Amino acid sequence: MTKTDYGFQGLMLMLLIATLLLLCVDFQAAWAEVGEKAAIHEAMGPVETEGNPLTRKRWSPYTTGIAIGVLSWLAFLLIGKGLGVSSSYAKTSGMVEKAVKGEKVYEIEYYQEKTPKIDTGWMLVFGIIIGAFLSARLSGDFQLTAIPPLWKEMFGDNVLIRIIVAFIGGMVLIIGARWARGCTSGHGITGTLQLAVSSWMALFAFFIGGVITAYLLYAVSAL
Amino acid sequence: MLDKLHENRPAQLIIGLFIGILFGFFLQKGQVTRYEAIVGQLLLMDFTVLKVMLTAIITGMIGVYSLRGVGLVELKIKPGSWGATGIGGLIFGAGMAILGYCPGTTTGAVGQGSLDALAGGITGMIVGGMVYARIYPKIKDNILQKGDFGKLTLPEWFHATIPEAVVGVIMIGLTVFAALEMAGL
Repeated sequence: MTKTDYGFQGLMLMLLIATLLLLCVDFQAAWAEVGEKAAIHEAMGPVETEGNPLTRKRWSPYTTGIAIGVLSWLAFLLIGKGLGVSSSYAKTSGMVEKAVKGEKVYEIEYYQEKTPKIDTGWMLVFGIIIGAFLSARLSGDFQLTAIPPLWKEMFGDNVLIRIIVAFIGGMVLIIGARWARGCTSGHGITGTLQLAVSSWMALFAFFIGGVITAYLLYAVSAL
Repeated sequence: MLDKLHENRPAQLIIGLFIGILFGFFLQKGQVTRYEAIVGQLLLMDFTVLKVMLTAIITGMIGVYSLRGVGLVELKIKPGSWGATGIGGLIFGAGMAILGYCPGTTTGAVGQGSLDALAGGITGMIVGGMVYARIYPKIKDNILQKGDFGKLTLPEWFHATIPEAVVGVIMIGLTVFAALEMAGL
């Protein structure tokens, strides 16, 4: 029933978004500057196919995708669920609040659902830091930086501005992830691979919201 | 056999950590832990993120549905609605463009030494979780329920069998890869 009720609004929303996306693609042709492309290449480097895979700086996106896909089989088998990240951040928020106000944290309804405790998913997120560190150290890619090259190209090299914008982005990111009940991992890989309609819808919404916002920021940077 | 493993909490924490280490390793090796990978994708200048995700989806789908076929795994479908998934997804996308990382790659970026991900991204996400905990009671009975379609799956929606849906997703994925490679992206 409800599906029919909102069908028309949904269709109009999709038309509006499609129009905005077309505008973005149109602008892209005019705005695709050489400087931005060079900055992307500088940061990510070329795909490497020679030598020890562990010490290569960059794998092919297809190799990476297959590795993550096989890892999600292991996750479903061994921990009974797929890869997911964002709910562990909501739990961490609860842990910080629990450290300040103790058991009163459970008066906040959301923390009754996302209990502020270390669980399998939280350990998984912690493991990501270690894994990425190992990968970067093995390939000589580890480097302390505060300003990504593409950011520098678009917005300059003020560290404070970068940190403040990243903070705002992080807030918006987790509010959106918990609102949608999943992020690029939980919906974007784990949910979509199970053929969930909610996750495919989320993946499209991530890209639509992301492309529009990225172009708005890019337009601001060009002023 | 696997149920017992799933109930063993210490084992679960260690396996979770191990899977996370591999996940972080692969994300960094794919260079998707870079700000440039996410923003380059959203500016439609670099398609690494889309290629990684679609390959992971296809590989994962084949394995998980095969394992389910022999009864070794159970699906965990998230319920969806226009109000929760659609609106939340658009907000998430905006956040991803502003921060330049997603939650998993922010975490990975910290491991490769990106201080903006640590000082801005992680702290922002933790505060964002606190803010959402305050928003949640106000939206859970109205906005989040709008246009609810529950735990629907693609084969159910299209009245297709699971093998048909799996083959369909593989075909779409391969078409996208071919188009991107031919366009030199």
